[in-house]
Amino acid sequence: MNQIPALIRVFAYLALLTVGGGMAAFPELKVLTVEVHHWLTFTQLIHLYSMGQMAPGPNMMMIVSIGEWTAGIAGAIVVLLAFFGPTAVLALLVGRLWKKLEKWPWRASIEKGLAPVSIGLLLAGCYTIAKGAITGATTAAIAFLVFMALLRFKLNPAFLILGGAVVGLFAFGIK
Amino acid sequence: MSDAAAKPALQSTPALAPAAKGASIRDIFLEFLLIGATSFGGGVVAYLRSGLVAKREWIDDKEFVEMLAISQTLPGLNATNMAILVGDKLRGTLGSLAAIVGICLPGAVLMYIVGMLYHVHGDRPVVTAMLKGVAAAAVGLILATTVQLGRKSLAHVYDLVFIALTVLGVNWLHQSVPRVLIAVGIVAILWYHPRRAEKESVSQ
Repeated sequence: MNQIPALIRVFAYLALLTVGGGMAAFPELKVLTVEVHHWLTFTQLIHLYSMGQMAPGPNMMMIVSIGEWTAGIAGAIVVLLAFFGPTAVLALLVGRLWKKLEKWPWRASIEKGLAPVSIGLLLAGCYTIAKGAITGATTAAIAFLVFMALLRFKLNPAFLILGGAVVGLFAFGIK
Repeated sequence: MSDAAAKPALQSTPALAPAAKGASIRDIFLEFLLIGATSFGGGVVAYLRSGLVAKREWIDDKEFVEMLAISQTLPGLNATNMAILVGDKLRGTLGSLAAIVGICLPGAVLMYIVGMLYHVHGDRPVVTAMLKGVAAAAVGLILATTVQLGRKSLAHVYDLVFIALTVLGVNWLHQSVPRVLIAVGIVAILWYHPRRAEKESVSQ
C-alpha cells in the first residue's frame, strides 16, 4: 500500500505541535506512527529517537529513518519536506510580521504565555518516552545520573549517551 | 497594528537588505552545514550562537535572544526556526532556504544510514542491550534540557501552574497535544494580558 500520503499528513501535522522543541510532539508521534499506522513498534521508536539525540543538527532527524522504513528514499525525502517545509514557511512569514509587531502589546503576552505551555509539552513528551525507556532500577539510574551530570557539569551529552550504551551492554547484554 | 498596515511599501523588504558583513548564499549554506555537521549531542542552540554571533558576527547577542524567543514560541524546531530567521535577515528567502538545508543535511543523511543499519541489526541482543542504555540516557538528557530551558524562560510562580496543567492534560487526561496546547495556551496568554505586564513594569 502506498504510504506516502499518510507520511505527509502525519509529519506535517506533527511539525505544527513542536512548540518549544521536538519532544513536545512525542506523545502524538507515538500515537500516530505506532498505534494508528503501525510503521514501527514503540520500542523501535524509542531506540530511533534516542539514537537521534546523538546525531548532529536539529534533534528530530530520526523521522528520516521512519520515512525510509516505510517507503524507502522517497519516504525519507517526503517526511523531511512535510516536517520542515510548512513550519519553515510559517517561521519566515511570522518572523517578518513579528518584527513589525514590536510595539504590539500582545506580542509579549503571547511569548510569556506560551513559554510555560511549551515547557509543559516538553515534560509531557519526556514522561511518554520515559514510560517506555525506564523499565527498572538500572535504566532509572542511568537516566538520573545523566540528568544530574548535565545540570552539574558542562559535558557533551553525546558522550553521556555513549556511556549509557556501554552500561546497557554490560547490564543487559553480557550474561 | 494600523501603523504597520499603513506603510507596507516602506516596510515590506527590510529583511532583504544586504547584511553588513556581506554574507553570500554560499557562506550561509556552508556555515549552517558546519553547524549541522558538528553539533553532536543536541544543544544546537549553543553551536548556533558561537557560529553566528561570535565567529561570523552576522547577528549580535540581542538579536540572537530575540530570534530565539520567536523560535521557541512558533511551531517548528528551535534550530530550524533559527536557521530560517537568520537566513532571512541575511539574504531573504533564499538565505533561509540555504540555512535550513545546510543545518538539516548532515543529520538527515546520518539518520538515514543509522535507520537502515538499525533495521537490519536492531534485533541482535547486543544491540538491544546497548540501546536500552542509550534510551535511558536520552531520557536524562531530554529532561535536563527541558529543566535548563525552563530556568531561562520562566519568570513567575504561576508558570508552574500552566506547566502542571499541560502535563496533566496530556499524560493524565490523555488529551491530544493540540487540544492542550490551544486550551492552556489561550488561558496563559490571557493571564499575561498586556495590562498585567504594564502593572508589573510600573511596580518594579
